[in-house]
Amino acid sequence: MNEAGYNYRVVRGFAFSALFWLVIGLVVGLWIAFEMFNPALNLSPWLSFGRLRVVHTNGLGLGFGLAAIFSTSYYILQRLTRTPLLFPRLAQAHLYLFNTAIALAAISLFAGMNTTREYGELEWPLDIVVVIFWVMFAINVFGTLIKRKEKQMYISLWYIISMTVAIAILYIVNNLEVPINLFKSYTLFSGANDANVEWWYAHNIVGFIFTVPILAMFYYFLPKSTGLPIYSHRLSIVSFWALNFAYLWTGAHHLMLTPLPEWIQTVAMAFSIFLIAPSWGSVVNGYYTLQGNWDQMRTNYLTKFFIAGITFYGLQTLQGPLQGLRTLNAFFHYTDWVVGHVHMGTMGWVTMIISASFYYMIPRINNTELYSVKLANTHFWLILVGQFTWTITMWIAGIQQGAMWKATNPDGSLMYNFLDTVTSLYPYYKLRFVAGVIYFIGILVFAWNLIMTVRKQPNQSEA
Amino acid sequence: MGITSKPVVFAVLAAVVILIGTTVTVFIPLFMPSTQPVSPYIKPYTAVEQEGRDIYMREGCNNCHTQTVRPLRTEVLRYGEYSKPEEFAYDRPFLWGSRRTGPDLNRVGGKYPDSWHYKHTAHPQSMFEKSNMPPYGWLAKNRLDTGYSFKKTSTLGYGYAESEVQQQIDQYRETVTSASYPSKESRNQVTPPELQNELTEMDALIAYLQKLGRDVKNMEARK
Repeated sequence: MNEAGYNYRVVRGFAFSALFWLVIGLVVGLWIAFEMFNPALNLSPWLSFGRLRVVHTNGLGLGFGLAAIFSTSYYILQRLTRTPLLFPRLAQAHLYLFNTAIALAAISLFAGMNTTREYGELEWPLDIVVVIFWVMFAINVFGTLIKRKEKQMYISLWYIISMTVAIAILYIVNNLEVPINLFKSYTLFSGANDANVEWWYAHNIVGFIFTVPILAMFYYFLPKSTGLPIYSHRLSIVSFWALNFAYLWTGAHHLMLTPLPEWIQTVAMAFSIFLIAPSWGSVVNGYYTLQGNWDQMRTNYLTKFFIAGITFYGLQTLQGPLQGLRTLNAFFHYTDWVVGHVHMGTMGWVTMIISASFYYMIPRINNTELYSVKLANTHFWLILVGQFTWTITMWIAGIQQGAMWKATNPDGSLMYNFLDTVTSLYPYYKLRFVAGVIYFIGILVFAWNLIMTVRKQPNQSEA
Repeated sequence: MGITSKPVVFAVLAAVVILIGTTVTVFIPLFMPSTQPVSPYIKPYTAVEQEGRDIYMREGCNNCHTQTVRPLRTEVLRYGEYSKPEEFAYDRPFLWGSRRTGPDLNRVGGKYPDSWHYKHTAHPQSMFEKSNMPPYGWLAKNRLDTGYSFKKTSTLGYGYAESEVQQQIDQYRETVTSASYPSKESRNQVTPPELQNELTEMDALIAYLQKLGRDVKNMEARK
C-alpha cells in the first residue's frame, strides 16, 4: 500500500498478465512463421496455420495489448485524478475474468470456433464475456473520473475515455450475430455490407487499441520519464479531436477494388490521407517536447524507447494512408507488404511504448528501482534490430510478390504461375523467422528484467 | 477549457464525433440496396455446401485465401472474371480475406474436377512439392455432422424445408458414394473404408469449393 491508497495490485496483475500473453503470443507467432516455409509443422488440426494465425493475432491483440492497456490505464487514471480506484474489488474481478476469457479464447480458437471476422474471431459466448469485462472497466474509469480530486483532465485521460466509448460501439455492432448453438453463430450482415461493417471494426480496433491508448501512455509517461512538459497543449487538443473524428471513416481502405460501392472506398481513401495530420500532430508534439534535451537519448534509457516508438508511429501513419490509395493498393494489397506494415506498428510503436511505460511504472509501484538498466538497453536494441529486420524483409517480399503477380510476357500472358510467386518468398520467410527469434529474445529479457524487479526488496523510505 | 473538467460530457461528445463517420460510411449503406444487390441467378448454398463453408471457416482458410477478384488485367487473367457484388448476397459472413498466401478462390468452382481437390486437399505437397499449404487429410476422416444443417439454412434465410435439407444431404451422399462418381478413386484413397459410404467433412468442403463462382457464370452469360 502507499500513502494515497492507490490500488496498484490490479496494475501489477494486468502488467504481468500482459507479459504472459506476450510470450505465448510470440511463441505461436514463431511457430506460424516457420510453417510459412515448412508446412511439416502443421502437425495436427490444432497446430494448423489457419487456426494458429488467429490464436497469434488474438493472443497478442486481446491478451497482451488489452492487458497492458488495462494496467497502464488503471495506473494513469489514479495518478491523474489523484483518486484511488472507486471500485478496487471490481477491478480485481476484472483481472480474473479477463485472464479466464483470454485462456478460453485461446482454447476455442485452437479448436476452430472461429467467426472469421478479422480481429473479432471469438464466438458469441466469449463476445458477451468481453463486453462484460469492458463494462467492468468502464464503471471504474467513469466512477473514478466523477469522484476525482484533480479538476482538469490531462490529455491521457481524454484518450482513455474515447477508447472506452469507441471499443464498446465497435465491438457490439461488429459482433451482432445469431447463435446456432453454443459454439457457432452467423453474423447479422451479409456480403458487401458484412465486409464494410467488419473492416470498419477491424480498422478501428487497431485505431482504438493500438493507437489511442498507446497515445495515452505516450502523453503520460514521456513527460514523467523525461521531466519535460508536453510541447503544445493546443496541438494535442487538435490532434485528439481530429483523430477521433477521422479514424471512423477509413475502414474501407481495406476493401479497395472489391465489390464494395466505390464511393465508400473513395471516402475512406480521402479520410486516410487526412488522418496523417492528427497522427503527425502527436509525433511533432513528442519530438518538440525533447527540444534542447536530445542528450537524453544517451543519458535516459527510457527516452529512446519513447522516441523510437513515436518515430515508428509516424512512419506507420504515413505508410498506412499511402497504402490506402487505390493505385498503390492495387499493387500492395494481399502481399506480405501489409504484414510488414502491421508489424512495424505492433513490434515497433506499440511494444516500445508499452515497454517503457512498464519500466517506468513497475519499479515505482513496488517502491524500488529497475533491476537492470543494462538489460533494458539490451532489450531495446534486440527488439529494434529484430523488428527492423522483420519488417524490411516483409516489405521486400511484398514488392517482389506484387511485381510477380503483375508480370506479363510480351504476348500479354502471365509470366509466373502462382506457386512460383510463393516459393520465391521462402528465403524471406526464413530471414523473417530469424528476425522474430531476435525480437523474442529481447522480449524475454524484458520479462526477466521486470520479474527480477518485483522480486527485489522494496526500499525502506517511501519514494 | 471547460470540457476537460466534465468527463461525462466529454464522453458523450467523443461518442458523437465517433458516430458521424460511422453513420455515413457504415450505418447508412446498410439500408441502401445498392451496397449489397441481389440477382435471381445467384442461388443460396445447399445444406452440404453450407456445411463445407463452415468447415472452411473453422479451419481458417480465409487466413490464406481471398475470395474476391479485383478488376485488374493480370488478376482477371489469373483467376477469371472479377467479382460482382451480387455473388455475395448469401455470404454470412463474407470471406473476402486480406492476404493471398494461397491463390484467390472466388472463381475456383468447376476449375478442377473433384478428384483434383481430394488429392490436393489431403496432400498438397504430393501435387506441388514446394507448396506451403497445410495438409488437410484428416477432414476425410471426420464424418460430416449434419445435426444443425436445417437450423443453419433456416437461420440464414435460405428457405429450405426440413425435408429439402435432408434430401440435399442424401442426394449428395448418393452422388459421392455411387459407383459412377467420376472422382471415386481419389475419394476412396483419402477416405477410410468405414466412411466411404458416408459424407465426410472433406466431401462438404469440396462441394463448397465447387460452388464458388458457379452461379455468377450464368448471370454473366445472360447479360
